[in-house]
Amino acid sequence: MTEEEIGLLEAEEHPLDGYLRKGRIPHIWCPGCSLGSVMTVIIEAIKETDIDPKNISVISGIGCTGRTAGYLNFDSFHTTHGRAIPFAIGLGLTDPNRKIIVISGDGDLASIGGNHLIHAARRNADITVICVNNFQYGMTGGQVGPTSYKGQFQTTAPYSNLEEPFNLPELVKSCGATYIARWTALDVRRVKESFVEAINHKGFSFVEVLGACPTTYGRRNQLREGIAILESFKERAVIEHGIDTEKVAISKEGPIIVGKFVDIHDKPTLTDNLLSIQRMATASKDKGA
Amino acid sequence: MSDNKENTPMVNTGEYFTSGNLAVAEGSLAAGCKFFGGYPITPSSEVAEHMSIKLPQTKGHFVQFEDEIASIASILGASWGGWKSMTATSGPGYSLMLENIGLGIMTETPCVIVNVQRAGPSTGLPTLVGQQDIQQARWGSHGDYEIIALSPNSVQECFDLAITAFNLAEEFRVPVTILMDETIGHMSEKLVIPEKEKIEIVNRKKPTDEADGHLPYKADEDLIPPMAVAGEGYNVITTGLTHDERGYPALEADAQKVLLTRLLDKIRKNKDKIIRLEEYMLDDAEFVIISFGISSRAAKGAVNLAREKGLKVGYLRLITIWPFPDERIAQIAEKVKAIFIAEINSGQVTKEVQRVVKGEAEVHGLLKLGGAIHTPSEIVEEIERRLK
Amino acid sequence: MSDRIEIRFAGFGGQGIALMGRLVGEVISLHEKGKQSVMTQSYGPESRGGASSCDVVIDTQTIDYPKSTEIDYFVVMSEEAYHKYIPRLKKGGIIFVEENLVTLDDQAKKASKIFKLPATAIAETLGSRLYANIAMLGFVCANTDLFSEEAFIQVMKAKVRARFIEKNLTAFEMGKNHK
Repeated sequence: MTEEEIGLLEAEEHPLDGYLRKGRIPHIWCPGCSLGSVMTVIIEAIKETDIDPKNISVISGIGCTGRTAGYLNFDSFHTTHGRAIPFAIGLGLTDPNRKIIVISGDGDLASIGGNHLIHAARRNADITVICVNNFQYGMTGGQVGPTSYKGQFQTTAPYSNLEEPFNLPELVKSCGATYIARWTALDVRRVKESFVEAINHKGFSFVEVLGACPTTYGRRNQLREGIAILESFKERAVIEHGIDTEKVAISKEGPIIVGKFVDIHDKPTLTDNLLSIQRMATASKDKGA
Repeated sequence: MSDNKENTPMVNTGEYFTSGNLAVAEGSLAAGCKFFGGYPITPSSEVAEHMSIKLPQTKGHFVQFEDEIASIASILGASWGGWKSMTATSGPGYSLMLENIGLGIMTETPCVIVNVQRAGPSTGLPTLVGQQDIQQARWGSHGDYEIIALSPNSVQECFDLAITAFNLAEEFRVPVTILMDETIGHMSEKLVIPEKEKIEIVNRKKPTDEADGHLPYKADEDLIPPMAVAGEGYNVITTGLTHDERGYPALEADAQKVLLTRLLDKIRKNKDKIIRLEEYMLDDAEFVIISFGISSRAAKGAVNLAREKGLKVGYLRLITIWPFPDERIAQIAEKVKAIFIAEINSGQVTKEVQRVVKGEAEVHGLLKLGGAIHTPSEIVEEIERRLK
Repeated sequence: MSDRIEIRFAGFGGQGIALMGRLVGEVISLHEKGKQSVMTQSYGPESRGGASSCDVVIDTQTIDYPKSTEIDYFVVMSEEAYHKYIPRLKKGGIIFVEENLVTLDDQAKKASKIFKLPATAIAETLGSRLYANIAMLGFVCANTDLFSEEAFIQVMKAKVRARFIEKNLTAFEMGKNHK
């Protein structure tokens, strides 16, 4: 987030008034962090969808990104570490008209919550998952994570990380996700377009936003300023819509492939399937079975 | 808003010969349960299987999740969508659920967890009886809290207490555990499901104030805040963090004290409404057997057997295990010479009784370590041996 | 005084031992006025293939202890089950035995009566050994006052799949008429 944006959030009158909870701002995020900007874009995207705010629920797990739900003035749920997705599925199934947006970090969604991520994709659950990937665990002080690339330094990878990172778009695609996009936090306009598409999408939609964490990622990896991280994203980002997600893994110095990778519309969702089962059950009950 | 929000009970009125696991499922349906999130585990799986048949018939949903953690998280979510929700598991699964049971306590989320206990630790005896999760239900999640746990001892009571569990969960806004056991879960007896009109249903209090300025965690005099759910325009907020009446994180000692005191007191100060006991032959008793769940069936048989032998033995059954009936047990302890506790664990309730009795009476655990239930004669012999 | 009666059904996995207990338990609980029953069974992987058993306890009063302690009626369909449980038969108890699958020994002498039925052979005349359990229950029905034939048939019709009903009714009849 830029100084200007922070200033906007602290101003008395603000275009986002009503969408942020009164008395919750200023937020806890560090200067130079992408999360404030991502939160603003989420609000803009929700506004653009024209969905009745009453029908929107936002669910987060634990971590810096996990704090997002609590700032947003919708029905908002800050859950336990990794468990935002199953909480969101239970909540969403109680009303097919409810739009469910999960926003959390890479560690929360792909490590401790990884099992729920892949199964939600497999079920084509009717939720939008926004994963802000900052390549490590920020809130706990910069430990290595499931998306840390080879050669990355973190507090628990003091000799550098030697493990392969998850390629998140490929992971969720192989499990059945029906909408997948990735952008850097710098590309606000395209991030917003993808958020709108993802929220309007029927079924499991996944948007990975590569975010800057200057505090615990940048300073250990020669990218001390948030802007330096974003600059590096900008230099390396290559838009490749529809590319095979096998080819979008992130490495230390290679290109960062961004774009909309998957957008499928004809696959039954978890809600569709459960409603079909209700019809089958009712028919079977009426037959006296 | 979806028409499913009504939590319409499914009451299959009639007489059945069925198992405890099916009865607890039927009781849950009769209480208005609309959502079951679960993961298969012996000896509880029949609960899930039955709900997978019945819930879709009543416009509810059954989802078999990827694990028990997802299951408990999903039922918390469903409860915030306004649906009465439940899961069923056994010891290993209950262990996995505990962190999110803590979230349910902190966010004051009504829901019901059935734990059909088997013998442990670890995988233990998956198909054989245990009562070893008594203290786990009380203290298993981290931090301090008060909780409600009920323990049925018959098929009929599995049905009845399922309704009670949902009612208490709704009234006190707390996850309620039904501590069954393998024997109760799998044995078959007569179940009478009454007519719908005869079943008392309690629903959570709803807020009556305007959404603007609504304080979601401001409690009424009974220490329980009214509960708006998603989609009602109140912009519901929950967090597992210590929070103020607005639901905003308040990360300091004073706020912690205010919140935790209320969460503890809403159970402690309502013990009279929550505690259910069964008493038998206590008036002239010199000795008393305290028991619960399947063990109480043998204990009651033992009381009758002991009386035939001229021993003045009485019986106290804990239908509510948590909160613990300290006061009643202390009263009984003043009048009797010795208290025996029949339980299938290494003394989890025995230690509670010792704490309460404070030396007023002798306290002896009649303990089995899992895999088999007591027989009445075994209990009487043990009492006779201890009295020598 | 209690009118407690304990029945143990025992055999090997696949003989439908638990079904015998469930049917008898239901007949008594729901159709025999003034009587209650509880059915418990051995459960789990160890009950598949190997020994299988279940108990039905009957009483006119509330049944406290749900399992058998001293067996009044021992309905036994395998040699292994016979040896495992015969020590628990009450002196003066009654044995119903699948005579081609069990060889009785001296321990059976404590029984006051022994009824022998070639249940499996009867079932095979109907095309499947699976009917042996119902044949045995017909035999038990005819030789005890435990439950009435009418109530049993009513319950069986509700519990057994329609396409198997006819043969089960025949099996029950053949067991009942065996002398």
